[in-house]
Amino acid sequence: MDRYLLIVSSVCFLAALVRTIAALRAGVFRPGRFNFLAVGLGFIFQTAFLSIRGRALGRCPITNLFEVFIFLAWSIALIYMLIGPAYRLSLMGAFTAPLVFLIQTFALLAPIDVRHAVKLPANPWLEFHASMSLVAYGAFALACIAGVMYLVQERQLKTHQLRSIFYHLPPLTDLFAAITRLLWWGFALYTLGLASGFFIGEPLPRVQVVCAFGVWLLYAAILQGRHFRQLAPRRVAALCIVGFSAALTLLWGITFTAQMHSLP
Amino acid sequence: MNLFCVGLSHHTANVETRERFSGHAQTDCILRGAGCTEALLLTTCNRVEVYGAAAARVSTEEIIRCLARQIDQQLCQDASAFYRYEDAECGRHLFRVTCGLDSMVVGETEIFGQAKKAYESARASGAAGPYLHRLFQRAFRAAKQVRTQTDITRGSVSVGSVAVDLAEKIFGHLSGRKVLVLGAGETSERTARALVSRGVSDLRVSNRSMDRAAELARLVAGRAICFDEWPEQCREIDILITSTSSEAPLLTPENLAPMLRDRIDRPVFIIDIAVPRDVDPSVNEMEGVYLYDIDSLQSVAQQSLALRRQQIAAAEAIIAEHVADFWESGTARRCADSTHSAMRESPLRVTEL
Repeated sequence: MDRYLLIVSSVCFLAALVRTIAALRAGVFRPGRFNFLAVGLGFIFQTAFLSIRGRALGRCPITNLFEVFIFLAWSIALIYMLIGPAYRLSLMGAFTAPLVFLIQTFALLAPIDVRHAVKLPANPWLEFHASMSLVAYGAFALACIAGVMYLVQERQLKTHQLRSIFYHLPPLTDLFAAITRLLWWGFALYTLGLASGFFIGEPLPRVQVVCAFGVWLLYAAILQGRHFRQLAPRRVAALCIVGFSAALTLLWGITFTAQMHSLP
Repeated sequence: MNLFCVGLSHHTANVETRERFSGHAQTDCILRGAGCTEALLLTTCNRVEVYGAAAARVSTEEIIRCLARQIDQQLCQDASAFYRYEDAECGRHLFRVTCGLDSMVVGETEIFGQAKKAYESARASGAAGPYLHRLFQRAFRAAKQVRTQTDITRGSVSVGSVAVDLAEKIFGHLSGRKVLVLGAGETSERTARALVSRGVSDLRVSNRSMDRAAELARLVAGRAICFDEWPEQCREIDILITSTSSEAPLLTPENLAPMLRDRIDRPVFIIDIAVPRDVDPSVNEMEGVYLYDIDSLQSVAQQSLALRRQQIAAAEAIIAEHVADFWESGTARRCADSTHSAMRESPLRVTEL
């Protein structure tokens, strides 16, 4: 039953995606309110799913790869809902919806919703660690999307080839300010998540810890480069994409190895 | 009631012909004398059109005679330049005109204001009544919808406004931005004025002749800078407009690099309108530098125009909906008829429409 909520949610994101593609094909790229409403509606259904699943599990619903992906998609939608209107980045919905739709559809189609035979004991530190890290990933995902938007616009400005989408993208300086804020928010949340990992009370695989610190160091380096003006905005935007790809790979690795360990 | 439009435009007549039929102060009265119940004259630099409503058909020749500034032998020859649209076609034509689809520069918005002004003037003089009121109100609605739901008005089509639009796409608000005008030519003056109109307040002008720099600075409310100081100014400014008569490039990657060293996160927008160019094209490859010369600005203007042309089909679809709704339903006609008869009973109601 709870999966139906997720399917409806995916349809909402798909609607935003279809509209964006149709608008791009027609050469009329208008963000409007549709994307924001579609993402908002999808977010409500995601929240309902996570709430039902959480109640059934008696803990934060991040016990398998499927739930982790849904939680990640929810985090991305949440951060978009928070920063989209605030930073006049309504267009980000057009970029956010495809990413959330892809993550969610993959989670729904892949056989990864493996229920644990034994009910996992609740560990508040573990849940805090995992949920903070995932929300941080949501911020990094949005920074990555803003990075793509920056690079698209920068490229068009450099080559003097301005397409319809150009007129709907926020100014370069506004986009860069949004990227910086998202990076700081994501980094702060990720640091919290990482620090809370030491209080879980269980031994953590050394590879995971090293990789997690690797991702943390990568974002720290991007922020340091930004803060001390050692990195040009275009490089920061490109590194946001690299950083999120690394974070996503790490997330996959963590949940995959966790599932391998939990198999009898 | 016969609703019609008779006119000529840049599509059908040259400027000399349009001049001969630009109407005069008494045109409205003469038109009504010719049998038009309502009449409205729309004159712009590109068109002269009469929109009218009449109980019986008023001939095109009659309207042409009303529009002619002088009755002469050439009148019959010029009549071929006139077009005539009736009823639904008249509506469709007006909607296309107010949306800017019939304009020389597709999507220009000036015609909307001109049509509005013509309508207000006809309404004030009592020449426009309920038929034209409904027709024009619907035309304004259609134009607003086309403007908001398509990209027909997107992008700029003149060099000056393209430069300002690009500056806004790079920096957002221009109010806190610093601009240096290097070389006090006519185009740089126009571009500087356009930037000032969008909020730029810190404008510096540098020219080999200090007098000319001071004169332009006074015109654009900026300050004159000694020509030797411009390289130093480049460290601070956000936008550079250059149009000197220098034979060799003033800015090259080699001399620009040290100026940009401390401003890695602050982009610089260079508008090079000089011929020969003042800035080496390879400067555009530098990090954070956006260089546009006169050709690239013109190319962007052409792209905007092409983008607008792509939107014509979408705009026509919206117009078709409005025409169908306005005419084919017949509601408009019935309403107008009933309002018209009510107005005959009480003339005061004209202002209530």
